[in-house]
Amino acid sequence: MKKIVELKNVTKAFDGEVVLDHIDLDIYDNEFLTLLGPSGCGKTTTLRIIGGFETADEGDVIFMGERINDMPPHKRNVNTVFQRYALFPHLNVFENVAFSLREKKVPKAEINERVTEMLHLVALSGFEKRSVASLSGGQQQRVAIARALVNHPKLLLLDEPLAALDLKLRKDMQKELKNIQKATGITFIFVTHDQEEALSMSDTVVVMSEGRIQQIGTPIDIYNEPTNAFVADFIGESNILDGVMLADYKVRFAGHIFNCVDAGFEPKEPVDVVVRPEDVDIVPEEKGMLKGVVTAVTFLGVHYEIIVDIGGFKWMIQTTDFVDVNEHIGLSIDPDAIHIMKKSKYSGMFGDYSSFSDEMDEIGEIDGEELAEAESETAE
Amino acid sequence: MKKTNSVKGQRSLIQRIALAPYSVWALLFIVVPLIFIAYYAFTDLDYHFTTENITRFFTTTSLVADGEGTREVRTYVLIFLRSLKLAVISTAICLLMAYPFAFLLTKAKPRTQSILITLIMIPMWMNFLIRTYAWMTILQDTGILNGLLGMLHLGKVHIIGTESAVVIGMVYDYLPYMILPLYSIMAKMDERLIEAAYDLGCNGAGVFRRVIWPLSLPGVLSGIEMVLIPSISTFYISQKLGNGKFYLIGDAIEGQYVANNLHFAAAIAFVLMIVLLIGMAFLQRAANKRVAA
Repeated sequence: MKKIVELKNVTKAFDGEVVLDHIDLDIYDNEFLTLLGPSGCGKTTTLRIIGGFETADEGDVIFMGERINDMPPHKRNVNTVFQRYALFPHLNVFENVAFSLREKKVPKAEINERVTEMLHLVALSGFEKRSVASLSGGQQQRVAIARALVNHPKLLLLDEPLAALDLKLRKDMQKELKNIQKATGITFIFVTHDQEEALSMSDTVVVMSEGRIQQIGTPIDIYNEPTNAFVADFIGESNILDGVMLADYKVRFAGHIFNCVDAGFEPKEPVDVVVRPEDVDIVPEEKGMLKGVVTAVTFLGVHYEIIVDIGGFKWMIQTTDFVDVNEHIGLSIDPDAIHIMKKSKYSGMFGDYSSFSDEMDEIGEIDGEELAEAESETAE
Repeated sequence: MKKTNSVKGQRSLIQRIALAPYSVWALLFIVVPLIFIAYYAFTDLDYHFTTENITRFFTTTSLVADGEGTREVRTYVLIFLRSLKLAVISTAICLLMAYPFAFLLTKAKPRTQSILITLIMIPMWMNFLIRTYAWMTILQDTGILNGLLGMLHLGKVHIIGTESAVVIGMVYDYLPYMILPLYSIMAKMDERLIEAAYDLGCNGAGVFRRVIWPLSLPGVLSGIEMVLIPSISTFYISQKLGNGKFYLIGDAIEGQYVANNLHFAAAIAFVLMIVLLIGMAFLQRAANKRVAA
């Protein structure tokens, strides 16, 4: 596969605060790559450096073999779909899409043809003469995509393009974006803080935190083989426990020795153990490898989410079997449901559900902050 | 556009009460005087209908002497065109100075912005007459400017009593009215629109021509309105800084008024108002077209 973009040792600080800390990233032709992470992790800055709106303090930005650190945005064969779209309010739908073609002095007939084709691709035929202010959020989104794609860029950058849409529309647009990416064969770099969105759309997911890349992999790798507690916690739900690797394929945690499928650790090495809530089986108490008492049950439609106290550690378990609060149950975990990770600076910070409701509040706050941030950016 | 909370566009009692002071004010001091101006413009001393005052504006002639001898000119048309010329020049200078300034101002730190805005407004707190007298003392042949030039051995300039002096006075007085609307519209401009234009292949000049300029047009228009209209009808500046040599349309209205020719004074004011209204409507249309294209 051909590399489209290479970031080598890219570092960026704003007012002395490091937002990107020696980033190395290769992006391949025809790939749908997602930069995923919480607010302030550096994902948008990474995108803006590739787009040319920020300059790296250190390191190299290489686009199709050429170092482009100092190339201004208008000379890059890259286009961007901005957060909140940034459509030109003084131009109608047609002129918004035709903007880059007019700049390149493309003949009129060709402009007509290409804009019409693009509007067809994003299902907005017939909207040519409409003012952009009269469109719904989803429609504005499509105009922004058409405007960015009409120039046939090698690379399309998307900065949280779906953040302002409601859930239903968001799901539809996810599929549509994926289809557009397949149909056009253009490399997409997509920025989001929504892990579900990242998993469902991407070929490659890059998980970022505090200006560093935590893990690069396919959605399945990222979910099943997280490299550290941060990734395990950020992607989906995880019970993360302190454990000790006794030998290859033998790990002890929660006071029990389990068989697992991981090897290659030092004898007696302390590790982080990840068990996904859906991988735990509920069994009668006497048959369980672990025993505990149910402290909370939430019905979520597809399954129940229950919190089980096992020796003081609160586990989250997803099950379709109904159990009641205060019921004593046993848990059984298959070897391939246990994932072992090296200790990292994130060890002990995540993966215990004893303060579950607090954590939910925190997630709500983060969303609120992002929204406020997006709004203040729009207001500027 | 009017905003109403209640259905069918009807105003609630509270809205009506809140609007009342302004409505009364507008009726008494805007609508009624306008009606009076029109009424006086189209009546003679006995308050009978006549178009003579209007005709007089366009047909009165007088003899002026210039280098090539004496010519007969249409007095008030000439005065009007002179006023228009000086006002357009002043407005253009204001726009050329204010536009880049307002743009750079929006890029400054918030604190710097508010300090500079205050500095721009401070002269507006001072009396208009005092400001004009200040310019007299600056521009006089023996004034501050020539004093400075003399100290630097740069010779002297004769400005007072020229059209330049009148234009300098107008630009000084009206510049804030150009800066403020431009600044307020530019400050609201979404930075991402500018980034989007770069992203779509525009260089700096292209971004300005295709995004910044069209989006700032409403500010340009209101700036033009706020400078052109007062400067076309000014009379005091021309009397003091032009040494009374450049009789402007405002001077003409004042002169007729002082001489108790109320009907003709009203006719001049009426013609001026109509011309300005047509001019502004034309500008507005041109701008709307530019924005839509």
